[in-house]
Amino acid sequence: MKEKIETVQNIPALKDLARELRLDILECTTRAGSGHPSSSWSAVEILTALYFGGILRYRAQEPLWPDRDRFIMSKGHAAPLLYAVLARAGYFPYEMIMQLRQVGSPVQGHPVLGMLPGVEATTGSLGQGLSLGVGHVLGSRLNHRHYRVYVLLGDGECEAGQIWESAMSAAHYKCDQLTAILDYNKFQETGPISREMGLEPLAEKWRSFGWHVEEADGHSIPDLLEKLHGIQEVQGKPQIIIAHTIKGKGVSFVESDFTFHGRALTPEQAKKAREELLCN
Amino acid sequence: MQLGEKAGLKPSKPMRDYFGEAILAVARENPRVVVLDGDLGNSTKAETVRQAFPERFFNIGIAESNLVGIGAGMASCDLIPWITSFSSFLLCNAYDQIRLAVAMSNLNAKILGSHGGITLGKDGPTQMGIEDFALMGGLPTMQMLVPCDPVSMLALVKVATDYQGPVWLRSSRVAAPYIYETGKVDFKVGGSEIVRQGRDVTIIACGIMVAAALDAAAMLAEEGISSRVLDLYSLRPMDTAAILTAARETGALVCAEEHLLVGGMGSNVARIVSSGHPVPMRFVGLADVYIESGDPNDLLEKYHLTDEDICIAVREVIGAKEMAGQP
Repeated sequence: MKEKIETVQNIPALKDLARELRLDILECTTRAGSGHPSSSWSAVEILTALYFGGILRYRAQEPLWPDRDRFIMSKGHAAPLLYAVLARAGYFPYEMIMQLRQVGSPVQGHPVLGMLPGVEATTGSLGQGLSLGVGHVLGSRLNHRHYRVYVLLGDGECEAGQIWESAMSAAHYKCDQLTAILDYNKFQETGPISREMGLEPLAEKWRSFGWHVEEADGHSIPDLLEKLHGIQEVQGKPQIIIAHTIKGKGVSFVESDFTFHGRALTPEQAKKAREELLCN
Repeated sequence: MQLGEKAGLKPSKPMRDYFGEAILAVARENPRVVVLDGDLGNSTKAETVRQAFPERFFNIGIAESNLVGIGAGMASCDLIPWITSFSSFLLCNAYDQIRLAVAMSNLNAKILGSHGGITLGKDGPTQMGIEDFALMGGLPTMQMLVPCDPVSMLALVKVATDYQGPVWLRSSRVAAPYIYETGKVDFKVGGSEIVRQGRDVTIIACGIMVAAALDAAAMLAEEGISSRVLDLYSLRPMDTAAILTAARETGALVCAEEHLLVGGMGSNVARIVSSGHPVPMRFVGLADVYIESGDPNDLLEKYHLTDEDICIAVREVIGAKEMAGQP
């Protein structure tokens, strides 16, 4: 059963939307006084392509539609991005994202299943999302449903053993409905990945685990869309798109300073960032 | 001397064999039941489902984190996954996954911790699950069930399956004798059962210690001590009313469990009793040590989990009750 969803097809409009999402992330994390804006900004184009580029099939007014495609935010610290996307997709009122991290609000610091419509998994302890994705694929087979499952991985979490356990099982079960997208921004909490715990050769690792591997410019919506369409033809294998990204993308002084991981901008920095985002 | 012999209980096969029967029964009854195995299905007996319903059995291999994650994903698809392995490996390796993906997500997944306690015996301390009550106790949404005999195993696996939400259930490698007759008791999440009536003391036990408690009660009866035995098979939620009734009516309690005393059943019973109706209490369980390899009966004796140990605790607590001048 194919579901036609309304999406913005033209690239300039998607780019505008990506800029709006960056501003949303800036506003809600600055207001909260904490959060992970830089980790959210690096994946903005990836989620824009998925949710608004005609890739994911979903019904915002029917969040538990059984045939929906699943999206699992394994890098749970990018929750502000997920919330902004879900709000703009119509899952809940836009104003709610500004309640991020407030007592009594369902907008948790990291996603918790059941708190907000559209959130498919509890994440935030890293390394867990891909296993959930494999479970969704195996479940779909038993339920005779034909949806795809997308998992956004962080690069740092690829240091976790569970990622490779789940990678092995996805290939074993020939999960060709499963697509991982790796937000490869090259930085983890305390520094450059290559310095802290190197992942390379990353593409080779995934290939050797039995995955179909593509690489993409993670800030190019046309490139992402092309790869996301292309991998749907792959049969018998899970696929990963290694999306090369820039942590903090869109705000120059955040891009050049990895210590922004896990902290919000000050009101003064936010003002500067807002001006920069609006100029671009 | 076998467990339950003094109490005249009918011997049985190992508890895990009944888990095998029970999981097969629920899989047969409910097509939404799926079984996930951590490559120990031949030991936990979850493999009964592999033979009968291969399409609903998944050996995820020796990767407990992934095992739990996949189970949680399947629970999100409106299936009822039974995630099975040894308590030691599953709970300790995948505690974070059980916490986030199952408990915090409040998913309808079931967790079998097999080979609980020390009575797996000869394989030694690395394989023993002596901290499972404490670990699962740390997960606020996780219901906790501990069968004590074949009948309660068969019933509680079904209770867990039918319950909407996360449930953990302990199974054992050792044989525990028949305590219940089929169909006579309505087992439920949050329930408990008086398996012997008595006036002077209540022995609150779970798992194989229920049979030991009944043996102890038979021994104590010869000394003129009338012991009630309460099978506290639901560790979460706990049957607060039955515990407080026991405290009021018998005035003294002994808790007996095949688990560390710290963080175990007894510590939670004590919390309920001390705030609801304080009476003297004594505790039979494991001190702060790791156990060793050995024959299960030898281990129970060496680490003070026998009917004799329960009798000692009962005599002590009755002494304390008389000292306090309680009825």
